[in-house]
Amino acid sequence: MFQLEGVKYKNILDIKQLSIPANKITCIVGESGSGKTTLLKLLNKMISCSEGEIFYNNDAISTINSIELRRKVVMLPQVPAVFPGTVKENLLIGLKFSEKPAVNDEKLSAVLNMVQLNKPLDEDADKLSGGEKQRLALGRVILMDPEIFLLDEPSSALDEDTEQNIIEKLVHYIKETNKTLIMVTHSKKIARAYADNIIEIKNGRVLN
Amino acid sequence: MDKVINLQIWQLAAAYIFIVILLVIVKLKGIPREKEILISSARMTLQLILTGYILMYIFQNSNPVFTVIVIGVMEAFAIYNVFKRVKVKLSPKIKRIIAISMVLGTTSSLLYFIIVVINLSPWYDPRYFIPIAGMLIGNSMTGISLGVSRLVDGMTAQKHLIESALMLGATPKMAAKEIVDNAFDSAILPTINSMVGMGIVFLPGMMTGQILSGVSPVTAIEYQIAVMLGILGSVALTVILFVQLGYKTFFNEQQQLDIS
Ligand SMILES: Nc1ncnc2c1ncn2[C@@H]1O[C@H](COP(=O)(O)OP(=O)(O)O)[C@@H](O)[C@H]1O
Ligand SMILES: [Mg+2]
Repeated sequence: MFQLEGVKYKNILDIKQLSIPANKITCIVGESGSGKTTLLKLLNKMISCSEGEIFYNNDAISTINSIELRRKVVMLPQVPAVFPGTVKENLLIGLKFSEKPAVNDEKLSAVLNMVQLNKPLDEDADKLSGGEKQRLALGRVILMDPEIFLLDEPSSALDEDTEQNIIEKLVHYIKETNKTLIMVTHSKKIARAYADNIIEIKNGRVLN
Repeated sequence: MDKVINLQIWQLAAAYIFIVILLVIVKLKGIPREKEILISSARMTLQLILTGYILMYIFQNSNPVFTVIVIGVMEAFAIYNVFKRVKVKLSPKIKRIIAISMVLGTTSSLLYFIIVVINLSPWYDPRYFIPIAGMLIGNSMTGISLGVSRLVDGMTAQKHLIESALMLGATPKMAAKEIVDNAFDSAILPTINSMVGMGIVFLPGMMTGQILSGVSPVTAIEYQIAVMLGILGSVALTVILFVQLGYKTFFNEQQQLDIS
């Protein structure tokens, strides 16, 4: 799916060779500041590498239109984004940004259920707690139904039980729909339990 | 029509005595602003005297070259003023956009106004051209300054939301829409507010000046209405050009956020 060849980003990342398989669950682990977020941002062209090249399905991503790539490879940022408006508007905004058709309220409720966010659709999203915002942002990405999910610590603000529950549902969904999940996680336990493939980063280099 | 009262030197001197009284009060109250008041009064006097003589010369020697030079100087001064007035740091790219928007927005409104509305002949008649240009350029300058601050502040403060929108597949235009709309609103709001209060809350400066110099209030109002519409058009056009081109300077050709 992704193939990295001699990728450098400033003096933050230095990856000689790395491949990330399709239709699998890949977890990226490593201490804070090691370059995990930077790696995710390179994969959906939020930033471009200073040296080397990244291939997506054998095409160099420098030649792929950034917007088109990001609509297939959707990234959930580490700090969840909440846009001004209701829970419903926040869920739908991903579809709006990627110019996909909106969905009905039933579908929205199903997604809220999946991320265990028990809030009415017309609630002001700004009033949600940190953990609730994180689940809302995750729900928004699931609704977009991308080929590849890039999730940056999607469960960092959740308690262990909720975390376990949501990640399990997510993993189930990914397997069932044959998608690819690339997830940064601080939890070794999650990585061991669900990952088909673990990438460990230290000081901007991949360990194996 | 009543005869215009020409101010005598002693009458002007009386106006300065007013400032001297103000200075005494400021001094007694211990407000450390005498220097500023003195300097600004002196500067204003010198600038206006100089401008008065230059305008008199230009009016008597009506010539398209002079008119164009005066407009050029006004534009340059206005653009420089925007750079100085805006408190945030401006990139060279956005400075260029400010200059382009000011020049295109104000000159196109001005030409429409001079040629179509007033039907001035010759088109460069400085007695009309220069004061009207001054009002359009001055108001557009104030408007664009507000727009620039709002846009730059908004892009920096909402960096995270813009970045998140891009991650969800938004185009830069979609990602910046809210900020662009906001910047436009806050830039033209003062002009709209001043139109709403006009004639009731205050008499506009141009009209006051015309009435004081002996023009009938009805004629003065006709000009004021036309000029206000021109100002609104010019401010709106300048600011639209600016925000539509300006937000793009925050993104690179790979549609990545580029805020230094
Ligand atoms: N835009 C940036 N410019 C310069 N340095 C950055 C930038 N973003 C992150 N860094 C630095 O790069 C390193 C890796 O950051 P990051 O990828 O966010 O790490 P992680 O997600 O593993 O905690 C950190 O030292 C961070 O300070
Ligand atoms: Mg990180």
